[in-house]
Amino acid sequence: MIRIPLRPLARVLEARAEGRNPAHIERENLRLRHEQMRDRSRRRAEWRLLFLAASFFMGFALITARMGLLAASPPIEAAAFQGEDIAAYRAEIHDRNGRILATNLVTNSLYAEIRYMVDGARAARELARVFPELDETRLAARLTDPSRRFVWIRARLSPEQVQAVHDIGEPGLLFGPREMRLYPNGRLAAHVLGGASFGQQGVSAAEIIGTAGIEHRLDARLRDPALAETPLMLSLDLGVQAVTAEVLDGGLSLLGARAGSAIIMDAHTGEIVSMVSLPDFDPNQRPAPPTEGDPTDSPLFNHAVQGVYELGSVMKAFAVAQALEERLVTTETMVDTRGPLRVAGFSINDFRNYGPQLSVSDVFVRSSNIGTARLAQMIGPERQREFLERFGFLRAAPIELAETTRALPQFPERWRELSAMTISYGHGLSTSPVQLAAGYAALVNGGTRIEPTLLRRPAAVPGERLISEGTSAIMRRLMREVVTRGTASMAEVEGFAVGGKTGTADKPNPRGGYYRDRVIATFAGAFPMNDPRYVIVVTLDEPSESSSGEARRTAGWTVVPVAAEIVRRVAPLMGLRPQGPAEIEAALRLR
Amino acid sequence: MRSLFYVLSALAVMALAVWAYNENHKTQQAMAEAQDLRREIRALREALGVQRAEWAYLNRPDRLRELAEMNFLRLGLMPLTGAQFGRIDEIVYPMPEPASWLGNSVEVMGEVMAHVPGAIEHTRGEAP
Repeated sequence: MIRIPLRPLARVLEARAEGRNPAHIERENLRLRHEQMRDRSRRRAEWRLLFLAASFFMGFALITARMGLLAASPPIEAAAFQGEDIAAYRAEIHDRNGRILATNLVTNSLYAEIRYMVDGARAARELARVFPELDETRLAARLTDPSRRFVWIRARLSPEQVQAVHDIGEPGLLFGPREMRLYPNGRLAAHVLGGASFGQQGVSAAEIIGTAGIEHRLDARLRDPALAETPLMLSLDLGVQAVTAEVLDGGLSLLGARAGSAIIMDAHTGEIVSMVSLPDFDPNQRPAPPTEGDPTDSPLFNHAVQGVYELGSVMKAFAVAQALEERLVTTETMVDTRGPLRVAGFSINDFRNYGPQLSVSDVFVRSSNIGTARLAQMIGPERQREFLERFGFLRAAPIELAETTRALPQFPERWRELSAMTISYGHGLSTSPVQLAAGYAALVNGGTRIEPTLLRRPAAVPGERLISEGTSAIMRRLMREVVTRGTASMAEVEGFAVGGKTGTADKPNPRGGYYRDRVIATFAGAFPMNDPRYVIVVTLDEPSESSSGEARRTAGWTVVPVAAEIVRRVAPLMGLRPQGPAEIEAALRLR
Repeated sequence: MRSLFYVLSALAVMALAVWAYNENHKTQQAMAEAQDLRREIRALREALGVQRAEWAYLNRPDRLRELAEMNFLRLGLMPLTGAQFGRIDEIVYPMPEPASWLGNSVEVMGEVMAHVPGAIEHTRGEAP
């Protein structure tokens, strides 16, 4: 900036020459300079004011806009109360009628915070009085250890125990809310439900995880927060389940059997209405899995799903059905039953001699091994294998239980003629009762495959056709004849036309060969036979009946009366009306 | 004029402040109330869950069966079987002595059975 000098020499000399006071010039210049300075600072001040005003305006505009937005938006509650949604974070399990099978209960867990602890030794002493199973000295050591901050004492307390702990009056003992899984029906349906235990634990909550059964298999569904309010509907009927368990338990103790199972399945939808395996356990206190001995002795073992056995003569139904389906025979075709039948160094015998020949229906009704093996010979191994595969006997049962994935059926790698013949009467192919039930459902329901399920499935589309309607009708008649004049005569139930097939299979000895005096007795059938609604499969492990003085182990004497009693008690519960003998006769003849 | 405007503005600001304070207070009240209600809902839900569990526990089939057996003399309840179904033509009409229906149900059953031809033979085999 060029400053104008206050006393320019030229003008001073000029003024002196003219006799004016040169000081005026200096004042004049000073005035001009001040004016300039004033204008500059004024402009700057004006800018500042403008900037400030703009800033304020923007600020207020922002606040106004925000207020306007807030006023216009719908009111929302801030910060939902913590823990409200957690109340039911594992879905309940209901039976088909909405009765509770598994629910949650809020209890308390007990823990100690050492920094609030006043007298750890006394607290340990008092706690040991309330909970006798606690070790007082160990607990005292942990509660008085200054290096610890936090000690878990118990996972679940009853309300009385909570009060007792309150009464100790120790500020260091604190409660955390805990959801626990409760099975109000106790042992009923224990194998289906499985059990649950705590996973990750925190102070205010612990996750519940399923450890077995449907709780484990459908764990993700049960824990899904979106579905926590929707109970999981099973196909089981609690009443039917209770009666089945009661009757089977009675049968087990009367016949001295080690174990038993019973399945009742809807023949058209595959819904399992009742699944019982005995011995059972209380899922509220699920026992630890056995670490030694035979796992099948454990009450945890589900004989209906995990019990993969050679089921014996009940499998004859499939050989007969295939022979009829492929038009190799009719029910009247005579089959050679002279024994023993020797194939590849192995001889096949019958329970007793049935004479030189029997018709196909008599082979089934009187349960001839030789006759069925002859039918298998006609069918041939490849087609038999393919037929059984379509019935689902060569893969694990597709049922919603965790155990099923480990219960794989056993069958020969190379399916030769001898295998085919033994498999036709139920030896050489091991399956579980639930697979057998699914197979029988397909035989009697008109010939379409069903998928066994434990979930409510009101309407099921008919599956793949396995046998024709006609063959299915013949099988129904043959199964009915097994009861009216064959091996299952004790299955006659007044009012309900039961039909089915018995099977008595020698148990394999783990050291090779078969036991001579230990059998698995099975009854597989359906009712009412004129229009099958339900399939029933009952198995007993090592039963023996000795009312006549000698031990009888065949299915007809052991498992059949049990199955008949189950049908007699259960059929009215499932809404079936008893029919008169004439009515049944007429309905069966129509088909 | 200007002072009047100032006074009015000051009064308006004060009035607005009071109003805003009240609104704020009411909101806080409502929120506290909502939280109380939520806590109550949660407690009630828990209680409901306990009641439902207890109801299911008291209604478990094992217990009902035991109770039915214990009170057999009073109730005369037997397991449901097909033999207990009747046909429409087995119903006695007119009903004899309707007053007796209020008495002992085992007796009543006996009376009804006596009127149904063949019913006694029917059930005798089924009685435990």
